[in-house]
Amino acid sequence: MNQVARQPRRVVADKITLAHGGGGKAMRDLIEDVFTSVFCPPGMEDQARLMDAAITVPGARLAFTTDSFVVSPMEFPGGDIGKIAVCGTVNDLAVGGAMPLWLSAAFIIEEGVDIATLRRIAASMQKAAKEAGVSIVTGDTKVVGKGSGDGVFITTSGVGVIAPDRNLLAQTVQPGDVAIVNGVLGDHGAAILAARGDMALDTEIPSDCQPLNQLMEAVLAAAPDTRVARDATRGGLASALNEIADAAGVGIEIGEELLPLRIEVKGVCEILGLDPLYLANEGTLVVFVPEDQANAALAAMQTCEAGRDAVIIGKATKQHPRTVVMKTVFGGLRIVDMLVGEQLPRIC
Amino acid sequence: MNYADEFRDPVKAKGVLGAIARVVDELGATKENPIHIMEICGGHTHAIFRYGLDKLTPPGLEFIHGPGCPVCVLPMSRVDECVEIAENPNVIFTTFGDAMRVPGTKKSLMQAKADGADIRMVYSPLDALELARRNPDREVVFFGLGFETTTPSTALSILQADADGLTNFTIFCNHITVPPPIKALLDDPHMVLDGFVGPGHVSMVIGIKPYEFIARDYGKPIVVAGFEPLDLLQSVLMVLEQIRDGRAEVENQYSRIVPDDGNPVSIAACEEVYEPRPTFEWRGLGEIDASGLRIRDRYKAFDAEVKFDIGYGRNTVFTAEQEGCACGDVMTGRIKPHACPQFGKGCTPEMPLGALMVSSEGACSAYYQYGGLELESVE
Repeated sequence: MNQVARQPRRVVADKITLAHGGGGKAMRDLIEDVFTSVFCPPGMEDQARLMDAAITVPGARLAFTTDSFVVSPMEFPGGDIGKIAVCGTVNDLAVGGAMPLWLSAAFIIEEGVDIATLRRIAASMQKAAKEAGVSIVTGDTKVVGKGSGDGVFITTSGVGVIAPDRNLLAQTVQPGDVAIVNGVLGDHGAAILAARGDMALDTEIPSDCQPLNQLMEAVLAAAPDTRVARDATRGGLASALNEIADAAGVGIEIGEELLPLRIEVKGVCEILGLDPLYLANEGTLVVFVPEDQANAALAAMQTCEAGRDAVIIGKATKQHPRTVVMKTVFGGLRIVDMLVGEQLPRIC
Repeated sequence: MNYADEFRDPVKAKGVLGAIARVVDELGATKENPIHIMEICGGHTHAIFRYGLDKLTPPGLEFIHGPGCPVCVLPMSRVDECVEIAENPNVIFTTFGDAMRVPGTKKSLMQAKADGADIRMVYSPLDALELARRNPDREVVFFGLGFETTTPSTALSILQADADGLTNFTIFCNHITVPPPIKALLDDPHMVLDGFVGPGHVSMVIGIKPYEFIARDYGKPIVVAGFEPLDLLQSVLMVLEQIRDGRAEVENQYSRIVPDDGNPVSIAACEEVYEPRPTFEWRGLGEIDASGLRIRDRYKAFDAEVKFDIGYGRNTVFTAEQEGCACGDVMTGRIKPHACPQFGKGCTPEMPLGALMVSSEGACSAYYQYGGLELESVE
């Protein structure tokens, strides 16, 4: 039978209506025009059928992770919800030592969202996926009524492969191990606060949102005994360090004057009474390496775009197990605990 | 512009710390018989712990943490009244973020929000005013809370609402003023304070004159201070030098921000809109004369106490504290936070029993979060 090349289907509406979730032609057109024509998933079935040589290596393991993204506003300096949805899941895989391969993307879209916005989000997802070297291979869309969502919510799941000899584990961190971050802290959190526009902050801080898998590969090549890495997303660096201290049963001491912070982020924190250690990041990781591999890891990070501003911020200690402390600029010590609930701007 | 780092210079700080140690020594103060300086403001309490200043100053100097944290001194009955207003189905209740987690006798605003009340965090009463403009069919209430730092912006929002002829905007006024509780503390026969560090942001509005009674009538020094660590250390040194020299004066360390006469525009707006209440309850301190503000009759259309028939003191005044909570004793400096039987056990930042554990500016929360390793190992 001769296949007749069919015209690509186009969405005609400007805005999402409940019809776009109804399972009929409007939904089919939306998916094809806005999503699959951009992501180009392999095959035409609902499920993705996948193969990669890396998973056939004896001893290799699959890594599988999922994350939901609900950021408001959806678009902000340095990125948008689509870029975060890809980078977030890629980074979850990468910090576990996995090579990210495939992503799924599920969208919950609120009635009334501009189709043009969706197009920008999808384009930005594809761009980030390409940069990270992953494919968006399957997905889903649902439409909810006005007021039942907040623009667009995205859930991405990711599958990657961990090479046989790799075993990054927080429990393996030992006293003396060195903590390195790849760049400035708190940019994403501060960018979102400023972009919400309800604080009249006259500053534009770009989010640090970026994929970290190439950076991780560079670190692991330079420092093969790397103990653990964590991306410092929600809860910021403070939460990532506390998780590691708790799992490994070590203390962690960081130096306030070693922390890389943008002057604008410092300013936002001063004005609102926030602590940059708890601000979210979307392209920042902390890695613990044995002391004798620290310089190699640091140098390797600094050769990557995502690690240009990498610095050593502290080390694991025998003292005060399971507690993170910071030496302040004055030499006083203070505890850096996990955040309780969310960070609330203070009154005055 | 870099207004933060130069006030955090460790080298300069070392110099000031050295001078503090010398004066404390000259005064013959020891750990057993220390000089007591109260930092009135919660912002100062927070800064002391955040920078570990209490660990760097000599043992002969003891900081007593004052009542200057607005959410900490808010009586539980007022939180209950907030919840009562917020649970009115037509109300959008707006508040500063800090106040969300303060426990009432039944629930906090955070819990009321989860139960379905329309409660929104705002950064300024002017945001609440904007909400009122955009939602003419809803009743928008702003939870006016705080000292002289936030009082003027609430006053301006009322004046603006009046000029715009808005009829769906009210303030639940819980504004309080700094000088009366200091007087109450000084009148307490158990109080052993030797001097004060005053809140700079408050004086930015009211100037330094309202503190003159402290020096004149009670013979205690007070230095109005900025919020950076060097500001604080320098102010402490100035207080200590006054004590050593036998002086009792009001000094202004924060003159780069604080004019001696304050901000006349803000003072005039507050004068126009508010009058002192005969008395207002402070959690842990009880009723203090003329320490709270209410909205004048002329602007009663913008007074949530009137519109929602809440009034003041309709609920039991002196709401009982939670069992075993010693916030009152901590607030008056009688005990340190970790001496409270509930500290870190029944009362933590996750599940606060008392208000001092709620705000990051509360003394208990500061002790818990930053409070030195010896506390942590006890746990």
